[in-house]
Amino acid sequence: MNFLLELIVSIFLLIGGVFILVGSIGLVRLPDFFMRLHAPTKATTLGMGGLLIASMILFTVREPGISVHELLITLFLFITAPVSAHMMAKTALHQKNKMIERTTGQHLIARARQQKAPEVKPSLND
Amino acid sequence: MLSKPRFKWLPMPYHSILLFATWLLLNNTLAPGHLFLGSVLALGIPLLTSSLSKPQPALHKPMHTFRYALRVLGDIVTANLEVAFQVMGPIKNLNPGFFAVPLDLEGELPITLLASTVSLTPGTVSSEVSECRKFLYVHALTMKNEEELIQTIKQRYEAPLMEIFSC
Repeated sequence: MNFLLELIVSIFLLIGGVFILVGSIGLVRLPDFFMRLHAPTKATTLGMGGLLIASMILFTVREPGISVHELLITLFLFITAPVSAHMMAKTALHQKNKMIERTTGQHLIARARQQKAPEVKPSLND
Repeated sequence: MLSKPRFKWLPMPYHSILLFATWLLLNNTLAPGHLFLGSVLALGIPLLTSSLSKPQPALHKPMHTFRYALRVLGDIVTANLEVAFQVMGPIKNLNPGFFAVPLDLEGELPITLLASTVSLTPGTVSSEVSECRKFLYVHALTMKNEEELIQTIKQRYEAPLMEIFSC
């Protein structure tokens, strides 16, 4: 029983660890700021998810009563992660950080910086 | 479509529920003392702060939020795997893109929720919203078809949000 518990917890810890590692590797490998932004913001959601599930299982079994305050970490993470990602992307946009050349839709950047609607309306399939 | 408080002593019912649940989760207990303290805080804090908050669109179908949350959670898991493979694979196969999503949603809360969802689901980060609140600028890590991605965001996330807020 104890072995099984440890096995399950280890699997979740490993899943979480792998995703956080992949996020960090992405931070090193990707060529421009906007692309780099994708790796860590994503890795934290599933990576942290894995670690928190492991923690919930371990402490629920080990200690009396169920342990659910990890859910609160998830909640705060889900509130703050997209906001910080959005603010960093917005800052990069206004700091005129370059996107790599093959990025499509670069003509929109100037309009986005002025917070204006795009000049040519994208077709809405109407 | 702005929410009016149904009871004077309960100006923000959803906030109260959230505060109550957060208090119990923080203390990791269901002890009667904390149930009481939590309900005092859940009733008291909204009474003090409700006059500070801006009016937000009313929830039309609150139950749909759970379905929406589950869908987003599922998408986070599947798309996370996708992004993990893309990040580890050859970088030259990635075709990043910057595009504008035309918004049909109205109101600050629904647009914030949509932008957060777009940022949370891997592969896309919302980076700016136009002043007229009609376009959301999004950066994608890799995309094959711009039109397809815009339609996915609109149908998968914006449509249910419009249903929830009925705008």
